[in-house]
Amino acid sequence: MWENIKDFASTFFVTGDPLIYGADVSIVLSIIAIVFVLTKYKKWGWLWREWLTTVDHKRIGIMYLIASLLMLFRGGVDALLMRLQLAFPNVEFLNSEHYNAIFTTHGTIMILFMAMPMMFALFNMVVPLQLGARDVAYPFLNALSFWLFMLGAMLFNISFVIGGSPDAGWLSYPPLSQNEFSPGPGQNFYIWGIQISGIGSLATGINFIVTILKMRAPGMKLSKMPLFSWSVLSSCIMIIFAFPILTVTLALLFLDRFAGAHFFTMDGGGNPMMYLNLIWMWGHPEVYIVVVPAFGIFSEIVATFSRKKIFGYKSMVWAMMIIAVVSFFTWAHHFFTMGTSASVIAFFAISTMIVGIPTGVKVFNWLFTMYRGRISFKQPMLWTIAFIPCFVIGGATGVMLAVAPADYQYHNSYFLVAHFHQVLIGGVVFGYLAGIYYWWPKLFGFKLDEKLGKWGFWFWNIGFYVCFMPQYALGFMGMTRRYYTYGWDRGWADLNLVSTVGAFLMGIGFIFQVWQIAYSIKNGERDTTGDPWNGRTLEWSIPSPAPFYNFAVVPQVKEMDDWWATKEAKANGTYKEEPAKLEPIHMPKNSGIPFIMANFWFLVGFGFTFGWVWMAVIGFIGVFACMWARSFQYDTDYYVPVEEVRRTEASLGRVV
Amino acid sequence: MAQHQNHGGHHSHGSMKEYVIGFILSIVLTIIPLVLVMNSILSKTATMITILVMAVLQFVVQLVFFMHIREGEKPRYNVQTLILGLVIVFTIVAGSLWIMLFNKY
Repeated sequence: MWENIKDFASTFFVTGDPLIYGADVSIVLSIIAIVFVLTKYKKWGWLWREWLTTVDHKRIGIMYLIASLLMLFRGGVDALLMRLQLAFPNVEFLNSEHYNAIFTTHGTIMILFMAMPMMFALFNMVVPLQLGARDVAYPFLNALSFWLFMLGAMLFNISFVIGGSPDAGWLSYPPLSQNEFSPGPGQNFYIWGIQISGIGSLATGINFIVTILKMRAPGMKLSKMPLFSWSVLSSCIMIIFAFPILTVTLALLFLDRFAGAHFFTMDGGGNPMMYLNLIWMWGHPEVYIVVVPAFGIFSEIVATFSRKKIFGYKSMVWAMMIIAVVSFFTWAHHFFTMGTSASVIAFFAISTMIVGIPTGVKVFNWLFTMYRGRISFKQPMLWTIAFIPCFVIGGATGVMLAVAPADYQYHNSYFLVAHFHQVLIGGVVFGYLAGIYYWWPKLFGFKLDEKLGKWGFWFWNIGFYVCFMPQYALGFMGMTRRYYTYGWDRGWADLNLVSTVGAFLMGIGFIFQVWQIAYSIKNGERDTTGDPWNGRTLEWSIPSPAPFYNFAVVPQVKEMDDWWATKEAKANGTYKEEPAKLEPIHMPKNSGIPFIMANFWFLVGFGFTFGWVWMAVIGFIGVFACMWARSFQYDTDYYVPVEEVRRTEASLGRVV
Repeated sequence: MAQHQNHGGHHSHGSMKEYVIGFILSIVLTIIPLVLVMNSILSKTATMITILVMAVLQFVVQLVFFMHIREGEKPRYNVQTLILGLVIVFTIVAGSLWIMLFNKY
């Protein structure tokens, strides 16, 4: 009996690495600390009522934001471990298998569990406010999306202390990811972690499309909608077409592993190349899914901080909509070297170059917006300005990679690694950070400290170039990705060391930002006006932090940049005050079902990961029970009485 | 939500009869390919064509009986979305064939 338990524990828990034992200890300690604090201050009820069961889009946005920052930390630590391993030749810090696990989890976490939730954080924090709506179209589904993401991410993340991490690369190509070469639970963690959070992403895509099409304030025609909301629409269209492909592809891979099917196997009529073909049909649009909202953020920030209307609004909208479609026609450029006919390669090389054009248009529009504008260099604008040269270099190297014959040289080299980090950090991370700095006061009621933010900004930026510029050169010098060590004779030592220094500079930048948030909670400049940046769109017309019902009176939109027009009219004296008539506000009720259901999904994923079908069955029964319970719930909404609205507004310093 | 308070009850989303017909049709359309493949009744090409036809019919059944494609207030949205969806489905199927068939030999 005792022997059995010992046997089980030694395979169930990851053993043998001091780094892992350190992580075990810190996980246990943090859980104890959290439980202790919640119990001591009697906060369990508060946690359940105010957060775990909430359907308020702003709170869900905040939870997404916290989760994504934690994941940024985890993925960042992975990156630093890799850079330490590569800092000098022949380092024996990580062994090859541990290195494989770390580059796999770094990639997967950064794209799926950092970029995606940070994007959804911004969707949730901003879109309903910008549209003049009181919530998203389906608040319950929104909460469910968040919890599915969260539990999926947790399932993926526990793999490094329980069962073993996936180690077949961030896209888990077969045949390496098949049972034959990757036995054990690692790949199953990958599949189920992504599947569960992927359902959530798909639901979010649907939710925000409906919100944008149906929930805009009266008078806000699509042609007057702010550009960030347009970018969300574009991103969500790509989500609803791309994510089902990912779901199906991973389901087929799971059938191969679990049920002995032969979709992507080497024998039995399977074809592993089909997996590459399918996964990149999701993978390429995915890149645009995360970067297009960043373009929307930049458009808002550039206009606000240049005190000008955005240049070329229509061309911006067209560019984003064209990207939403054309991004589906470029996937094969990820595997030019797989071997296929010349006409296929020519088609995909040209389509890849074409998809760069709308992006170029947008860059020019931002520059023309700044031209002769009165620019103020606040934090959101700093990140925006830093983004432009960074993304232009990333785009140019992208077009270099699109040249198919040359791609045979760059393929899987550090040139490629440098390129995609340049577009993903320079585009996505800079964009989302800019957005977070910009909308932070609206959510939390205070600004983030400028001085600490600038330290963070410069460490990030300098660190970025120090880290990735040498990698372009390393690529040309023949260093391919996923090497875990190299010899002195290769001549890669100096540049790798420089690159590692850069990575640590970015890490210091992140520490400054954490410090900045902690410092600003206490000492940050409070935003009493609700409009700290002299903004242009509707979210700046309400107090900060936004009350739970967002708008006491639903705004009547007349112009594009309606809030700016209102302010100008007030300044000219042409503004006609319309008597505000308060009405009871219709709001959704909180629900615990999303949280409970996501936990049952976690059981499903965990059961399948270890091949414990009984556990998966219990999970599925729980999931269906939750759906059943929800279907017969009729008491899902309520009205906020006028008196309460008036009280809340008064407490925020507004008279209605 | 506040903007459309008269939710529920106004638009009838199909009748019981419609749902039952849709359900039966979709089951039948699933069973036919399964039986054909399990018992190897037709030749390879004929099986593939039958499966493809069944898939397209299944798609239509889903749209008509469960997605209520005919009912929207603004059919223009439906048509636009449907066209984009078809373009993407075509890209996935035809694109995969185009890329992968070369690879096979």
